[in-house]
Amino acid sequence: MPATAVAATGSPPAGTPRLDVARVRSEFPILATRVHGRPLVYLDNAATTQKPQAVIESLDRYYRAENANIHRGVHYLSQLATEAYEAAREKVARFLNAASSREVVFVRGTTEGINLVAQTFARSVVRPGDEILITGMEHHSNIVPWQLLAEQTGAVLRVAPLTDAGELDFDGFERLLGERTRLVSVVHLSNALGTINPVRRITAAAHARGIPVLVDGAQSAPHLGVDVQALGCDFFVFSGHKLFGPTGIGVLYGREALLERMPPWQGGGDMISSVSFERSTWAGLPAKFEAGTPHIAGAIGLGTAIDWLSAIGLDAVAAHEDELLSYATAAVGRIPGVTLIGTAREKASILSFSLGSVHAHDIGQVLDLEGIAIRAGHHCAQPVMQRFGVAATARASFALYNTAAEVDALVAGLGTVRRVFAQ
Amino acid sequence: MTQLSALYQDVILEHNRAPRNFRRMDDADRHAEGRNPLCGDQITVWLKLDDEVISDVSFDGSGCAISKASASLMTAAVKGKTRAEVEALFERFREVVTGQTAEEARGDGLGKLVVFSGIAAFPVRVKCATLSWHALKAALDRGAEQVSTE
Repeated sequence: MPATAVAATGSPPAGTPRLDVARVRSEFPILATRVHGRPLVYLDNAATTQKPQAVIESLDRYYRAENANIHRGVHYLSQLATEAYEAAREKVARFLNAASSREVVFVRGTTEGINLVAQTFARSVVRPGDEILITGMEHHSNIVPWQLLAEQTGAVLRVAPLTDAGELDFDGFERLLGERTRLVSVVHLSNALGTINPVRRITAAAHARGIPVLVDGAQSAPHLGVDVQALGCDFFVFSGHKLFGPTGIGVLYGREALLERMPPWQGGGDMISSVSFERSTWAGLPAKFEAGTPHIAGAIGLGTAIDWLSAIGLDAVAAHEDELLSYATAAVGRIPGVTLIGTAREKASILSFSLGSVHAHDIGQVLDLEGIAIRAGHHCAQPVMQRFGVAATARASFALYNTAAEVDALVAGLGTVRRVFAQ
Repeated sequence: MTQLSALYQDVILEHNRAPRNFRRMDDADRHAEGRNPLCGDQITVWLKLDDEVISDVSFDGSGCAISKASASLMTAAVKGKTRAEVEALFERFREVVTGQTAEEARGDGLGKLVVFSGIAAFPVRVKCATLSWHALKAALDRGAEQVSTE
């Protein structure tokens, strides 16, 4: 649900359940950590989120009581593990509102999901001179796979321009949709700017020309709530570890008709129907794209994370995070010398900024000594940094367990930065 | 001394604010660029060689306070030194910032560069402190090239 971050009042819409932040925090053991003698203030959630007790326990339970390989054993444990793994797939399908769990492929993460689409779907349809269209606010993981594809096939990468606020220049985007465009691949919620892209408009414009759309949901899945059918996208990818789940597990959603047409990606066990030295045939969906033993525990842990997050409710999460972002935007924006990078009307959970001539790494270092974790650097989005004329930014990114008091700690920490660097 | 002031010593902050020899040198004999792909820092070191002696040296580019101050102090430290002296100094500097020397011996032979001894407690910042040195070494060894901290 697209959230208006900088709401005029800063209060959630009437009827939205309030988040019990203290209770949520108590479910995250790591939040009790002290760093350099101070309480940890974890504001690097766009890089990865912390894990609730329920997820940690589900990994523990799997390895203690359910561990076996899946889809092959007739024995008790293998059936248990297979059921748990496939149950996780069903949870993902419901979370995304996919038409069927056959449309849910487990991968290592967002990066692998995009590479899979580049190397199967795109590689089988593009011809020299065909175009892949992305935007100027993509993460490297939604740039480099297309450059590799371009080298392999002679395809051309086109990049839709941004406005100075860090929004997609929609007219510029539409002008680049052409006869040679074979795929549009766009980020839903920018990791470097916090911008929410108008995905429904994008899919409508692309589909009007018969062009499929991939949505990079690495940042949006944990914050906005995702309905792939309402978005109208053909592919949607996200990572478990940014959604309170384990690292090394992620999801590629693809429309069944497209997945059916696509050639397999990696060859190996579990993705075949039959194998002989002359010829092999492929398994049905989604096994065709899941060669080898997958990250079974990771998938189960992701399923638990989805259950946990769904029980809290993404409406309450979005309302809390919007209020926090609004508060932080005002408080950090008031600090002399601060420039906010990314001031889109539709934003969520991410505050990128620079502070006078202080390098982002020095900001991050000083804050770390006060127990505050932020990201400092190019956020794997160097073209975004170039677009806004900065080498790096400092980025605070929020999750449902963050509080206004933590924003106050950030503001105080930035005061120390100003004092040390005489800004 | 707090951790903060151990890392960001006054000399470092001052060189960050007003770096010495901070200019492109169009008539340099050699130059090399150092890049840290993790943070995007980029520093080019320019130098003139008079036989084996560095007769002039400068740098430009962008980086954090540590990499900028380190480049500034490095240029001041190596001007007039021979290639062998510079290599020995870099070796010594590297030992100190990576924490391979006893605390009481950290200052030995480093002169002003001793302000970087606090880096040993911040392993992530070692690459910042040594970026310009790697570029200098590349320029001395091979002429114009790009070096990376990775």
